[in-house]
Amino acid sequence: MGKVKCECGHVNPHGTILCESCGRALTEEAQREKLHDMRYEGSARRSQTYNKTIIDKVWNFFSSVKVGIWLIVLTLIASSIGTIFPQKLFIPNNVSPETYYEDTYGVAGKIYYTLGFYDLYNSIWFIGLIAAIGVSLVICSLDRVIPLYRALKNQRVARHSSFMKKQRLFTSKEGTLQSGELDKVKEKLKSKRYHIREEEGSLLAEKGRFSRWGPYINHIGLIIFLIGAMLRSTEGMYTDAMLWIREGETLEIPGTQGEYYLKNEKFTIENYDEKKDPEVFKEALKRTGGVVKNYQTDAVLYRDENRDLPGAKPKLVKVKDAEIRVNEPLKFDKFALYQDSYSKDEMKAMEFALADKATQKEAGRVKIDLFNPKDTYDLGKGYKVEIIGYYPDYDGIGSDGEPKTKSPLPNNPAFLFKMISPEHPKGEISFTAIRQTLEPVGKTDYKMEFRGIETRNISALTVRKDLTLWILGLGGAIFMIGVIQGAYWNHRRLWIREINGEIYVAAHTNKNWHGLKREINSVIEGTSVPIPEDQQG
Amino acid sequence: MSDLVQWSGNLLYASFIMYLVATFFFGGAIRPKKNGEKQEENRWGKLGITVAIIGFISQLGYFFTRWAASGHAPVSNLFEFITFFSMMLVGAFIIIYFMYRLPVLGVFALPVALVIIAYASMFPRDISPLIPALQSQWLHIHVTTVAAGEGILAISFIAGLVYLIKTIDQSKRNKQTFWLEMIMYSLVAVIGFVAVTTTFTLSGYEAQFEYVNKDGNVAKETFTIPAIVGPNESKLLTDGKFEPIVDMPAFINAKKLNTTLWSLAAGAVLYGLLRLLTRKRMGALVQPLVKNVNTDLMDEVSYRSILIGFPVFTLGGLIFAMIWAQIAWTRFWGWDPKEVWALITWLFYAAFLHLRLSKGWHGEKSAWLAVIGFVIIMFNLVAVNLVIAGLHSYA
Ligand code: HEM
Repeated sequence: MGKVKCECGHVNPHGTILCESCGRALTEEAQREKLHDMRYEGSARRSQTYNKTIIDKVWNFFSSVKVGIWLIVLTLIASSIGTIFPQKLFIPNNVSPETYYEDTYGVAGKIYYTLGFYDLYNSIWFIGLIAAIGVSLVICSLDRVIPLYRALKNQRVARHSSFMKKQRLFTSKEGTLQSGELDKVKEKLKSKRYHIREEEGSLLAEKGRFSRWGPYINHIGLIIFLIGAMLRSTEGMYTDAMLWIREGETLEIPGTQGEYYLKNEKFTIENYDEKKDPEVFKEALKRTGGVVKNYQTDAVLYRDENRDLPGAKPKLVKVKDAEIRVNEPLKFDKFALYQDSYSKDEMKAMEFALADKATQKEAGRVKIDLFNPKDTYDLGKGYKVEIIGYYPDYDGIGSDGEPKTKSPLPNNPAFLFKMISPEHPKGEISFTAIRQTLEPVGKTDYKMEFRGIETRNISALTVRKDLTLWILGLGGAIFMIGVIQGAYWNHRRLWIREINGEIYVAAHTNKNWHGLKREINSVIEGTSVPIPEDQQG
Repeated sequence: MSDLVQWSGNLLYASFIMYLVATFFFGGAIRPKKNGEKQEENRWGKLGITVAIIGFISQLGYFFTRWAASGHAPVSNLFEFITFFSMMLVGAFIIIYFMYRLPVLGVFALPVALVIIAYASMFPRDISPLIPALQSQWLHIHVTTVAAGEGILAISFIAGLVYLIKTIDQSKRNKQTFWLEMIMYSLVAVIGFVAVTTTFTLSGYEAQFEYVNKDGNVAKETFTIPAIVGPNESKLLTDGKFEPIVDMPAFINAKKLNTTLWSLAAGAVLYGLLRLLTRKRMGALVQPLVKNVNTDLMDEVSYRSILIGFPVFTLGGLIFAMIWAQIAWTRFWGWDPKEVWALITWLFYAAFLHLRLSKGWHGEKSAWLAVIGFVIIMFNLVAVNLVIAGLHSYA
């Protein structure tokens, strides 16, 4: 493509508006401007130069800040719609979303559900919006950063008079620059940390140029963050599993490929206590009732040493003891175990007495492990109890006359017992459930009397491995560096030049003109150099 | 121990008085001068900022004594958080004041801080123990940084408001005057809320209702102000109290809605009275205060506050928030409404910065955006906490 050669001799890339070197306007449009648009230093941007092929059009679309702003605003509006009613994630998990929204929120709820807003943040179009922001970030940054870099690097100290005249802060005055006066200005500029370059009667004082890279750096940070967020859906980068573990149990930790095991020694819930805890909490505790102080699983972490031997039994070696609390996960290897939830007082064992109905005499007791009941319990002296049916989650009698169980969990255990006694060596049949006894094959002399129950707590731990976290952290850190760089520093420039017996003074900043004016006034005041004036407004 | 709590309360009270006094000093500082000289810092301004700083130190005293008493930074319930936010707003004002020395900012920033403190103190003030999820250093780090960021962003609202009051033509009625009045009315409605709550608290009004909640169960709720709207299928249990005019569906929290309605109504009465007495729009009423304001400078202050506040907000509201969420809730992001609204706030200010830098939205447009940004922050602070309940819900 044709390069543009400026009168000053500098060769500019095709599409350049203001000469990178001297600042002369190279296009007619720029020559007509009252004030130069200095946003990208009048450099040649691809998006402003080509618009022929499809690629050009796509490029131009995504490099437009207007489009970028629209994408941000659309994402913003979409996000807010998602908070009108709770997302699918937050509704009770025993109801179906299909009916929940309509039942709870009426017509509005039905519309919300039908339009898919109930799972908005996972919808294709929402993810598409975020992806479009990502694409836009990449393209708009590429479109600007290289030209801007060139322009700022190539700029000459002596700028053309037309360039200076079209700066927002500008003045000119007849006279010549006294070197003593100029030295005073330079001294002050230096004390304000300006870098000063001089050529033949021209001066350029500049500071904070690095702040111009702030937006590009923060956009890079955002892109890295988005890439990190995308990577979590790749195999192996991210594990999200739950481990429900009962007190006393030792289980393989899911997601660790059998390498690690965890034993739950004890799960505790502790409430604040008006008496024991600091007195200042008293009022609040009275007002709100019980407040939980701690959820804690005391656990032991084991590693299976035999993992690499196929077919061998696990050989568990203790790695460490741990107390897992909310906000204090157990970390090992690349995993973390979080205290997430719990279930209190799950039934573990039940105790019954075999008793003579008439005399109330106990022949003996059986304690049944609800997870692993035995077939026969021998009480001696001719007394025996056999379990011929076990229904851990009893749910009534089915149409076939058989008792039914809802699940294998002992939520509502029921038993079909055969009670053997010296009087009835063939046994009597009794069906015993909680608060209910049936005698399905005739009256019995003996019965199974409920004596007690043992319970234990279940702790629910989230198992998490997230290898993307460092990428997200890196992206976040780079973003912060970029925004701070762009927001807390400004790029300020002051040009002073003598042209044909006139002193030209011009100044530019990318933001905070008021601050620039104050600074320049304090630098120039009291010298023969004229103070530039605001030509805008 | 409770001595400390007592002290803490007194210090907060003292800071309230100081801010009030400082407002009047700043008011003195912006009186038009006869010789029409340029507005600069004068003796009144110096007095104003001195008193404001003393008030700020007193409020810091409140904060740290309460911290000492409870064992955790007082940012864990609505009263504490909103109070802390007001402190950050004043802190941000003090910083910006030393950058630009504009007493007029004090005339608007301090009353807003006062209204916010009054609003905060309507919520239960007792020191609450921390639930497990909140027992983390990150509570302090995250919440204080967010409030600091929002405090600084609030100054951009103040400067934007001053800009609008000065530039909007009050001689005719149009969209601009309407929306400016809406802002004024909203501030008055907060005062209405304080007035209503205080009145009925002092009179000890209590009416108990039985109602059917969202899950179809019968529950009880006590209203402390007369119910205009009642809960779903409500039955008044307390004799001789006001019967609600209509019942709300189960998914609406009728008690909170009722309070809101009362506040809006009380605000409307106050606002109406002001209009009747002065025969002027409130915008016109306060316009003389800003007569000497340099609008370009206000525009810059507003923008500058956003530039300073945006990174702080990003750090506290997104980055620290994500770090903590990862530790406490096992995931750094979960689309909880409060999180989403932090994201919305952030996106909004990002859009603002782009509009300003690339589309040249200066002056009035920029001032309106600064106002909208503050509305979003307030929405997140108040409405999301009270209306959309999520993990973050304090109430
Ligand atoms: C959530 C997404 C985004 C965030 C948080 C963000 C953030 C920022 C920030 C903080 C600045 C500096 C503004 C200032 O200093 O006043 C900036 C500048 C900029 N952004 Fe973004 N941005 C985002 C998306 C985009 C997108 C999608 C585009 C694409 C069109 C874009 C294009 C630009 C441009 C062109 C600049 C000005 C650069 C300059 O003048 O040197 N941004 N962005």
